Amino acid sequence: MLYVQMLVNGIMLGALYACLAIGFSLVWGVLNVINMLHGSLLVLGGYLTYTAWHDYGVHPLIALFAVAFALFLLGYAIQRILINRVVDMPVLVTMTLTFALDLILYNFMIVYFTATPVRVTLNLGVIDAGGIFVPVDRLAGMVLALLLTGLLYVVLRRSRIGRAIVAVRMDRSAAMLMGIRVEHIYAITFGIGALMAGATGAVFAMVYPMTTDLDFTFLGKAFIVCIIGGLGSVQGALVGGLVLGLVESIAGQFLGPQYALTAGFALMLVLLVAMPTGLTGVKGFE
Amino acid sequence: MMRLRCSVFAVWILALASTPLWGDNYIVHLAITIAMYSTLAISWNFIGGFAGYPSFATSAFFGLGCYVGALTQRAGLPVSAAWLCATAGVGIFAGLFGLIILRLRGHYFAIASFGLVEVLRLVISSSDSLTGGGDGLNVPLFHGGPDFVARIFLAVMVGIMVIAFAVSILVDRSRLGFGLRCIEQNEDAADMVGIDTTRYKIVAFVLSAMFCGTVGGAYASWTGYIDPTDAFDAIMTIKTPVMCMLGGVGTVLGPVAGSASFLLLEEFFWSHFLAYNRAILGAVIVIIIFFLPGGLLGIADGKGPRASFRRSLGRWLKGGPVAVP
Repeated sequence: MLYVQMLVNGIMLGALYACLAIGFSLVWGVLNVINMLHGSLLVLGGYLTYTAWHDYGVHPLIALFAVAFALFLLGYAIQRILINRVVDMPVLVTMTLTFALDLILYNFMIVYFTATPVRVTLNLGVIDAGGIFVPVDRLAGMVLALLLTGLLYVVLRRSRIGRAIVAVRMDRSAAMLMGIRVEHIYAITFGIGALMAGATGAVFAMVYPMTTDLDFTFLGKAFIVCIIGGLGSVQGALVGGLVLGLVESIAGQFLGPQYALTAGFALMLVLLVAMPTGLTGVKGFE
Repeated sequence: MMRLRCSVFAVWILALASTPLWGDNYIVHLAITIAMYSTLAISWNFIGGFAGYPSFATSAFFGLGCYVGALTQRAGLPVSAAWLCATAGVGIFAGLFGLIILRLRGHYFAIASFGLVEVLRLVISSSDSLTGGGDGLNVPLFHGGPDFVARIFLAVMVGIMVIAFAVSILVDRSRLGFGLRCIEQNEDAADMVGIDTTRYKIVAFVLSAMFCGTVGGAYASWTGYIDPTDAFDAIMTIKTPVMCMLGGVGTVLGPVAGSASFLLLEEFFWSHFLAYNRAILGAVIVIIIFFLPGGLLGIADGKGPRASFRRSLGRWLKGGPVAVP
């Protein structure tokens, strides 16, 4: 019974992690940029949803879509105005630039939202399936996360923009020769990364308490999921997220909750060295 | 050129070391912090500047140095021996860890080094029995008034900084430095012409760790108390490369100039714009990246700040990429 409960907890957490990491993974895979801003964008999404729900009485689901769209615009602008100009420079430059933007965003969030933990409380109750407890809000969070992930998968597979993103990821010069406007696609990709971050932040705020200080925790999770699963693909993020969720749930049960985080990071370091392309990785993208 | 650099450095060291004669305790404290960060930046420059490996492991080495120094001192070793232990321990650790992660390149290396900071912080916070966990660790304090203690630590930190700088000059002029520059330009080509890239990278990594360990040990004795979040600080690990970028990556004097100007700026923002100091810091970094791609030394070398600024601004307005550093 304990094992099943652990499994259920791990999968519910893992779906959220997958959704959390997917935007980060896409930006890394397509733009070759480590987006240090990702954690703060998540927190921003969570707080905006909470504000819309708490202060203006907007239904969280509607707020989620509005927030996601707003963050898409923000992400598009950041990439178009700032990051595009240094996108070919060494890792150090792009990483430091996004970190600087993170400092700015974090500072404004601290001032406007303060560090008080907030949560969109839905009070949906708990399902008791023969001794296994499943809180309904977490279940809903998982379903939402999976839906968002699936949506992104369909967009990347089926739409023109999605095919263009994949093309740029595979071979930038060839994509350029096919008439794809690479700067535009870069900005769209970063926008989608921000959109996914905002949406996941909204889902997180419905399931767990959100504080501004979680930005680095979220960023760390995104790192781990990307390394475990491999970069730039939806499947990779899904596998990575589920594995991380299960590992944290199991390590938390057997070693104590303080080791849950350590286990994730240790797994990441081992995988980095053993198979840098991740569990689902494609050779040649490392 | 070398003589000029050394004399600029000597003047700066004199200015730092003489602070107790002309400044109050606040100034002395600031001088100690500057010397400490200068050492960290000089250290980072070995791996990040010369070899071009984007390392974010500075706080891992610093924090480990803090804990090794504190624990050996609590075990009864004299202070200087504890600092030596911190240096050697962190150096050995970096050698072993480097063997594993220096096979990674680019983003993967960056993430692995960043991960090291997190793992060490988590491990140290969870092993309560040895390290005191999240409660931190008290380190025996120095006797004899705050003024006296501040002077001692000023001398120590400036001393470490001078040694690190001297080593950096030696590396810059030696085969090692040449080899590391080759690795930075093109690692495969460097390997092809017979440079033992693995060994060179490991030496650079160990050098970049050792002095962080010494500084960490000294910092633990200076503050008298350390805890995991303070010792393994994620902000510090990013600040250090930024300081080098501000000064000029891969140059000998760059890290010194960068850390000094960065800390003075930061101090100014703290005292004048308390609520927005982080945002201003972020804005400064953005400006450095776009308008000072070669760092402060890039201005001194070349055509003057206004020409460089105008050029970058022109490119930026046209929407093209800014200059590659």
